[in-house]
Amino acid sequence: MKARLSLTVNGETHDILVPVHKTLLEVLREDLGLTGTKHGCELGECGTCTVLVNGEPVLSCLALPADLADAEITTVEGMAEGGRLHPLQQAFAELGAAQCGYCTPGILLTAQALLADRPSPTRQEVKEALAGNLCRCTGYTKILDAVELAALRMGAPR
Amino acid sequence: MSVESGGSSAGSARATDGGRFGRGAEPPSEGKHEFAVIGRPLPKIDAWAKVTGETRYADDFFLPRMAYGRLLRSPHAHARIRSIDATRARALPGVYAVITGADLPRVKFGILPVSQDEEALCTEKVRMVGDAVAAVAAVDEETADHACRLIDVEYEPLRALMSIEESLAHPEVRIHEYGDGPNVHKNVALQFGDVEAAFARADLVREDVFFYEGNTHLPMEQHAAVASAGPDGKLTLWSSTQTPHYVHRLLAKILEMPAAHIRVVATPVGGGFGGKLDPFAHEIAACRLSQLTGRPVKIACTREEVFYIHRGRHPVLMWIKTGFTKHGEITGCHLRTWLDGGAYGSYGVASTFYTGVINPVTYKIPVYKFEGARVFTNKPPCGPKRGHGTPQPRFALECQIDKAAEQLGLDPAEMRKRILAEPFTKTANHLTVTTIGLGECIDRVVEASGWRAKWGGWRSQSEGASAAPSDNRRRGVGIACSAYLTGAGTAVYWNSMPHSGVIVRADRSGGVAVLCGATDIGQGSDSILAYLPAEILGIDPKDVHVHPADTSLTPVDLGSYSSRVTLMCGMAAIQASQRLREVVARAVARKLEVDPGALAFRERKVGVPDDWEKAVDFAQAVELAEAMHGVLAFAGSYAPPKRAGKYKGGGVGPSPCYSYSACVVELSVDEETGEIELHDVWIGHDIGRALNPLLVEGQVEGSVYMGIGEALMEGQVFRNGVHKQPSLLEYKSPTTLETPEIHTFLVETDDPEGPFGAKEAGQGPLLPVIPAIANAVYHAVGVRCDEVPITPEMILKGLELRRRGKAARVGPERIPRFTFKEPVVVESAFGQPADAIAVRPFAQ
Amino acid sequence: MIRLPAFTYLAPRTLDDAAAAMASHGAEAMLVAGGTDLYPNMKRRQFEPTVLVGLRAIRDLQGVRGGARDGITIGAGTTLSAVAAHREIIAHYPALATAAGLVSSPQLRNMGTLGGNVCVDTRCNYYNQSYEWRKAVGFCMKKDGAICLVAPGSPRCWAVSSSDTAPVLWSLGARVRLSSTAGERTIPVEALYRDDGIEYLAKQPGEILTDVLLPAADGWRSAYLKLRRRGSFDFPVLGVAVALRMDGRVVGDARIVIGAVASQPRPAPAAAAALVGERLGRELITRVADLAAGPAKPLDNTDFTHPYRKKMTRVFVARALASLAGLEPAGRPAEEVA
Repeated sequence: MKARLSLTVNGETHDILVPVHKTLLEVLREDLGLTGTKHGCELGECGTCTVLVNGEPVLSCLALPADLADAEITTVEGMAEGGRLHPLQQAFAELGAAQCGYCTPGILLTAQALLADRPSPTRQEVKEALAGNLCRCTGYTKILDAVELAALRMGAPR
Repeated sequence: MSVESGGSSAGSARATDGGRFGRGAEPPSEGKHEFAVIGRPLPKIDAWAKVTGETRYADDFFLPRMAYGRLLRSPHAHARIRSIDATRARALPGVYAVITGADLPRVKFGILPVSQDEEALCTEKVRMVGDAVAAVAAVDEETADHACRLIDVEYEPLRALMSIEESLAHPEVRIHEYGDGPNVHKNVALQFGDVEAAFARADLVREDVFFYEGNTHLPMEQHAAVASAGPDGKLTLWSSTQTPHYVHRLLAKILEMPAAHIRVVATPVGGGFGGKLDPFAHEIAACRLSQLTGRPVKIACTREEVFYIHRGRHPVLMWIKTGFTKHGEITGCHLRTWLDGGAYGSYGVASTFYTGVINPVTYKIPVYKFEGARVFTNKPPCGPKRGHGTPQPRFALECQIDKAAEQLGLDPAEMRKRILAEPFTKTANHLTVTTIGLGECIDRVVEASGWRAKWGGWRSQSEGASAAPSDNRRRGVGIACSAYLTGAGTAVYWNSMPHSGVIVRADRSGGVAVLCGATDIGQGSDSILAYLPAEILGIDPKDVHVHPADTSLTPVDLGSYSSRVTLMCGMAAIQASQRLREVVARAVARKLEVDPGALAFRERKVGVPDDWEKAVDFAQAVELAEAMHGVLAFAGSYAPPKRAGKYKGGGVGPSPCYSYSACVVELSVDEETGEIELHDVWIGHDIGRALNPLLVEGQVEGSVYMGIGEALMEGQVFRNGVHKQPSLLEYKSPTTLETPEIHTFLVETDDPEGPFGAKEAGQGPLLPVIPAIANAVYHAVGVRCDEVPITPEMILKGLELRRRGKAARVGPERIPRFTFKEPVVVESAFGQPADAIAVRPFAQ
Repeated sequence: MIRLPAFTYLAPRTLDDAAAAMASHGAEAMLVAGGTDLYPNMKRRQFEPTVLVGLRAIRDLQGVRGGARDGITIGAGTTLSAVAAHREIIAHYPALATAAGLVSSPQLRNMGTLGGNVCVDTRCNYYNQSYEWRKAVGFCMKKDGAICLVAPGSPRCWAVSSSDTAPVLWSLGARVRLSSTAGERTIPVEALYRDDGIEYLAKQPGEILTDVLLPAADGWRSAYLKLRRRGSFDFPVLGVAVALRMDGRVVGDARIVIGAVASQPRPAPAAAAALVGERLGRELITRVADLAAGPAKPLDNTDFTHPYRKKMTRVFVARALASLAGLEPAGRPAEEVA
């Protein structure tokens, strides 16, 4: 069964005709060419494929585009505004929070949602927010540092 | 941030000078403290692509007309293949091709020349669940998947051997026909001096048995490859590989086509850790399917397949006997290891040696004997995971030292400091050690952790552990040290060529292109290849364009393994940059009418420091040089010093230099649940010189993390012949919530062998973490866990033993009946001075 | 990439339409809300429904209504994140907020629903594996095979109830509303479960779980402790739900329900009864914990060894009771015991 859908990703609306059983992950990567969204298990067990749906982090490997016709979807490609990187992207680059970089898009988006909700999180809150994103390279240390730096730079009152 | 970098060159008298650029390279005129790039915490050059999602990993390649491939894998751990019938699969609409082993040349291959025992698609026998037997290319993955299920394979199951003991007990069942005995892949024995005499001299002789469970790399990126065979008969493979050169060589052999017609490009690797270091079935099948269909073919492995590809940490059973004086000095050590190798050779011969040869690099061990055996089993093959063969014996040695320290009433930190190996000497097994910053590493972590107060002397067992924040939880600290090689002294195939080559090309824009076969697996090798030329040429790393890992374009680099890249590529990059710099200097000197030696390169200018307003822009300098010299492209080559011990087996273990690490762990153990909570890890690492402290810290932190997983929860375990839990949910990788705060201290020793004095950082810091945790558990609750991972069940078992008045030790009870071969007996080289001048090829 | 099998997707906007869709497609159809349980299972080919009836577009299934004074009603489609963050639930039914907040990962809780967690498929490490893996090891009776690989001589399936919220809801005396073309019924949550790893729900396939009804808080205190290897992702391999109400200085009423040790949550009525009329002291807690561990009969089909899970039942019950008695040391809130 194919479905004709309108999907709004990073503020752009795409009219697509896709098999209804294709997950959001597959559609983003294979139909919209947005390969910034990665995948590590496709079973909801690693967080690598995280995207934002209406600002909330969700697993694109377990989401159906058919359910998302009215949703605002944000992928890593949508984080920068114009040519200006999101403070999280800037901080991740500067502090070496991306090593192999494969888990990075999912972590950036999860962190973006956290900071939108809680502009000056404690380190423990950052850990809890990112507990659904596995990273095998960094030991998370520089990731947590980078989220804290971005929060600081985004001008949250402390 | 808690991270601290820097430090003096304590612990290392410099034997020779010229260390800043490595021997054979001209030092620039700037002083050490004036580095413009080296030592600065710069972002990686690929950081921007990675934070925006622009980095294209192998599975991000979508080529026109591309077909999708899938492998059919064996459901049997050990079986003869009677027949394969792909008729139904071929008839499925959307299927372009189905291949079996019959569609490939009948050649066996393997990463090591001595272990050519693999087939991409098995023809006669399968040796593990997950062995590939057929491959499909189809219009999409779903169709390929469906087609795989329509391939009819008839198997004759054979007895599966799932453990070392089982494989040794059943010589009548042969997994392979080759090796050093029935189901014994490798049997090695080396003896350096008389260990029995050394034990006789000792005040304390300990014998202990340890087991280290196997575990896997678990990169977040699943292996993937795209092959494209062109109508010209040439073939290109883009693959998530750590070693495009070895894949290139082996593809030529496996596909029986000229290597000159094959191009292998390593895509940015989404995590390697040693798991992407062999040529794999999916790569080979993608190539053959592309040749047959005339389409690009992508094969992206599922997470489950990645567990079968494996090549990870060997399960190793160890017996270790060490003699100590009452002051804690080691009189001699005898180590036996049994490695569960899995179904194929992979790097296993090297792994076997590595379980024995690196331990003597850390402490004074005047006499040493090592016996090791690798046994085939019907499990996914083990191979090189971060630390390759050395975390297991490190765990054994460091836990045994802790036990000896207790028996001798010594502070385990002090005891280790007392027995450190001597810089610029040789070990018993003829390895040349250069600088050693371990003493300072110990000092730093002891001080930062508050070791003396927290450790507070050995407690008697009845006394129990120190007061904890709640009734059930007891706090403890543990310490351990380690050493690791900075690149292997020999390639996996014997040759006299460079291990690493770099071409540096300057263009009239003032930009510099760097071409090198190295693969960035997240460790930052691309960035190192930008920093070093930028430093030497006085330009910004941003002006450097790095073109890595393309066998048609880049000089060979052997690959991202054994912590060799920064040192070897770095030295080659320095040499190439120096050669460019010399020519540019000559041209600028002619224009400015000064001596070339008087010129400085900095701030994108070339000029005389005292007359800087006359300095010419680097771009203009390049034009002058190109006019004088012609096209500006210079090569640098590196091969390690020839230091292999002159005995059979002496080729494994030598390295240009060794890194050192010391680690203190603080944790709590819940005596009711057996659960362990890590609080802090302090780790000191002798990095030689931190070319970029940010990247070094990242490698250290990542190593600590992976060590924590191995110590507490990761295990590659099998049941009914099958991997018990091939998923990210059930194979437990620590999350943010299990990862403690990691405090990193970098110690710089400025090693004469390394680029600007640098050593490795990517693997060594993993090693001490595991025994430091085990030792801290003992400190907390008095339970010796001589086996990892340390589980809550083990803790409770140990506490129960203690309650019943027995020794609170949990671990293996026995060792296999096994006859090691007669040892190669060699004089111990312990304490001999390092050769004054290392003979390094291509240095001039 | 591991992918979903093909299906037809229906996204009704009303409950009636959903019920009608289920009725008309019969056994071929399955319900899906958040998809976090069903889709992984479908990808591994544990289920291959030809029709999926999605519940996400039905507004009536969303949200929390009512208050602690008279009881609250939680729409089955309410996400676990929303349940965990709901002030009234945190204040008056803390064990439920805790349990919902401990399910898997933050992302998954943003997708997964309370109804989905209540109905989550039973799990077994011989079952939650790919088609190829199950073929290699030999199929089990829960899917494609005839025997139970955990207990080969057994005529039944021993897959484990792995819901965090189910034992809590049971201990809280919650009820669930089920709706189908045949009408609506409300049953106690304990009546929803059967002691069978395959037919673990007593609901008809066409019945839709629409609401979870919590009784008036009425002085009940509650706690939930979860055993698992990691603080995230992992399903419970033991869940202990305790609810009790004090009557002056003694326990007036109590319920203890153990999760993830059988194919359905296991109540421990004898242990609960032993609390009633007694003061909550350490000795009583030890005695009750021993009693509570009795009904826990874990088998070797999850993470950790089953003797360990059994042993931890006692420890966790004791700790849950201690936390409700205010005896648990400070700095160790219940939800941290993971």
